Amino acid sequence: MASYDAILSNRFSIDEAWTLPVAERHGAYRVARKALTAMTPDQIKEEVKAANIRGRGGAGFPAGIKWGFLPKDAETTYLVINADEGEPGTFKDRQIMEKDPHRLVEGCIATMWAIGAHVTYIYVRCELVKSIRRLESAIAEARKKGYLGRRPFGKDYPLEIHVHPGAGAYICGEETALLNSLEGKRGEPRLKPPFPAIKGAFGQPTIVNNVETIASVPDILERGGKAWSDITLLPESFRDGGTRLYGISGHVKTPGVFEAPVGITLRELIYDFGGGMLHDDRPLKGVIPGGSSTPVLHPDHKVNAPKADDPMHPWHGKSHLDVPMGVDTMRSIGTMLGTCCAIVMDTSVNMAEAARNLMKFYHHESCGQCTPCREGSGWLVDVLDQIGKGSATRADVDLLVDISNNMMGNTICALADGTAMPMLAFIRKYPQDFYDAVESGMGENTRLDDAVRATLFAEAAE
Amino acid sequence: MTFSLSQEMEAVVDELIARYPTKMAACIPVLHLCQEQRGWVSPEVIDFVAGRLEMSSSQVKGVVTFYTMYHQHEVAPNVIWVCRTLSCDLRGAKTIQEHLERRLGCHVGGTSRDGKVTLLKAECLAACGNAPMVQLNDEFHEHLDVAKVDALLDELGVAPLPAELRLQPPAHEEEEE
Ligand SMILES: Cc1cc2nc3c(=O)[nH]c(=O)nc-3n(C[C@H](O)[C@H](O)[C@H](O)COP(=O)(O)O)c2cc1C
Ligand code: SF4
Ligand code: FES
Repeated sequence: MASYDAILSNRFSIDEAWTLPVAERHGAYRVARKALTAMTPDQIKEEVKAANIRGRGGAGFPAGIKWGFLPKDAETTYLVINADEGEPGTFKDRQIMEKDPHRLVEGCIATMWAIGAHVTYIYVRCELVKSIRRLESAIAEARKKGYLGRRPFGKDYPLEIHVHPGAGAYICGEETALLNSLEGKRGEPRLKPPFPAIKGAFGQPTIVNNVETIASVPDILERGGKAWSDITLLPESFRDGGTRLYGISGHVKTPGVFEAPVGITLRELIYDFGGGMLHDDRPLKGVIPGGSSTPVLHPDHKVNAPKADDPMHPWHGKSHLDVPMGVDTMRSIGTMLGTCCAIVMDTSVNMAEAARNLMKFYHHESCGQCTPCREGSGWLVDVLDQIGKGSATRADVDLLVDISNNMMGNTICALADGTAMPMLAFIRKYPQDFYDAVESGMGENTRLDDAVRATLFAEAAE
Repeated sequence: MTFSLSQEMEAVVDELIARYPTKMAACIPVLHLCQEQRGWVSPEVIDFVAGRLEMSSSQVKGVVTFYTMYHQHEVAPNVIWVCRTLSCDLRGAKTIQEHLERRLGCHVGGTSRDGKVTLLKAECLAACGNAPMVQLNDEFHEHLDVAKVDALLDELGVAPLPAELRLQPPAHEEEEE
């Protein structure tokens, strides 16, 4: 198994690294001091641009370019950190907030200086009580030490960070819904444009970035943008740099969060980091690469890029599991990198049931503003329930496809696409599971936990 | 019956309001404080928050009904959220839910016979690698199995079930027969 340096996660295993003295003994705040006292905002922005860091929240937009959209003459600019972590299968940001909150605080300090902001709001979903406590105490420590407040590191540039709790709504992870929620409103996404960089929190230009994106800024500034970018295993032309957190859950032996360069393969993630399939006699059936909104991949499906000038040509004919994971490489094979947290399913899983589980989630979480999303997600669940009851026909599988197709492309936010695309992939890649369900139903008897059920009783049975 | 916050909490509200350029922005955290004190978001709580943050009661109500973490009805002193999203389901969440329902004597959405615990279904709680999991009040309990759930419920003082009523392990798998 290849071994990679812990960079972003280098304090995760240190005892009490969430306290300032320990974090500082292991390198925290050196970069923030340097940024504020020896670097200009433009220099910082240049390094972040050179780092080719793609947003870690799911959409993969280059952070350096996003920062460049801010108007030059803005009076008030805000930094907002997206810590709503709710994409099913995703559990990486929580590691940073619980184990090394000072890294995020330090990233916020450097970023605020770079983009001309004085205030950061960290929007954390309220269920993450431990993350909220760790962040609040880290912020208080930093303030006391003079790293935040009126004169951080002695510089006449006031900085403040506030933690803002959510209240339970997946949609608040969408950046404009998050901004409404921050303003004390219902978390309904806004029409874009205007984008948050022009008109965001409280009507002011705002940069919204994911926890991991901003927590990477100290390392980028420490090593230099180019050097940090070069950590990636992808060719430079992909402009997808650095190191990142990968997650893996479901039917593997050792689920968890691991750091590795951008561009490891799903095979590495599953069989090295994840320790391989949970049961040696139950092979991989499918893997959702980066959170539930990213279409499932089938291990037998191969890359088709016969033309020599196709950027994917080097992987022509290889399994989807052997494609290096990057924002654009995953898009090229019909899925998305998303949050880089994979969900692994073995052959005990009925994909129609897996789809039903997720469609129920999306139906529950649709904010209801757009008809195709609100009605479409409900209809998908209804049809899947009919299939489950055994009272559907094969035509209902086509109906699922039609409903999905009609949900895409004309809604306010990407939740509708994030519902329809995975639904389509489940059907396209595992049609037999749906047809079998039509024949014999999947009602009460179909469970997703057959692979592990007996082990849950292990102790009780003794 | 009107609602008011303790003096201590009132000071926190002032501090919260000071964090934002508008009073309304404190709505979500202030509602959390009120729920902490009252146990749920009653109509009186809504009126109180509206008055305190210069919002209309219908605006506050619109917020309360949008989010799942505000209880719009009274709940038991303990709330268990059981995650049933995909990663947890793959690792046994349905079994965990069935076991909880049996022992508590209520379905998801209900309160146990003894009134001690309200059982609710959660969507992914960002603990997928440690599935299956539940949130009990403020705390996550991860890597669960039937015995660990029993230990949690014992601690809450929920009566044990007679053996014949307990959830049974699945019959032996075919390949082992
Ligand atoms: C339905 C939906 C849910 C989202 N949830 C999250 C989330 O929980 N965390 C996150 O960082 N981004 C989430 N995003 C992406 C954000 O809208 C946004 O792209 C991101 O916060 C930008 O930060 P980044 O560029 O650093 O990734 C979500 C998007 C959608 C459409
Ligand atoms: S697509 Fe769905 S979640 Fe997004 S704004 Fe429309 S209804 Fe709301
Ligand atoms: S699916 Fe249960 S915590 Fe993510």
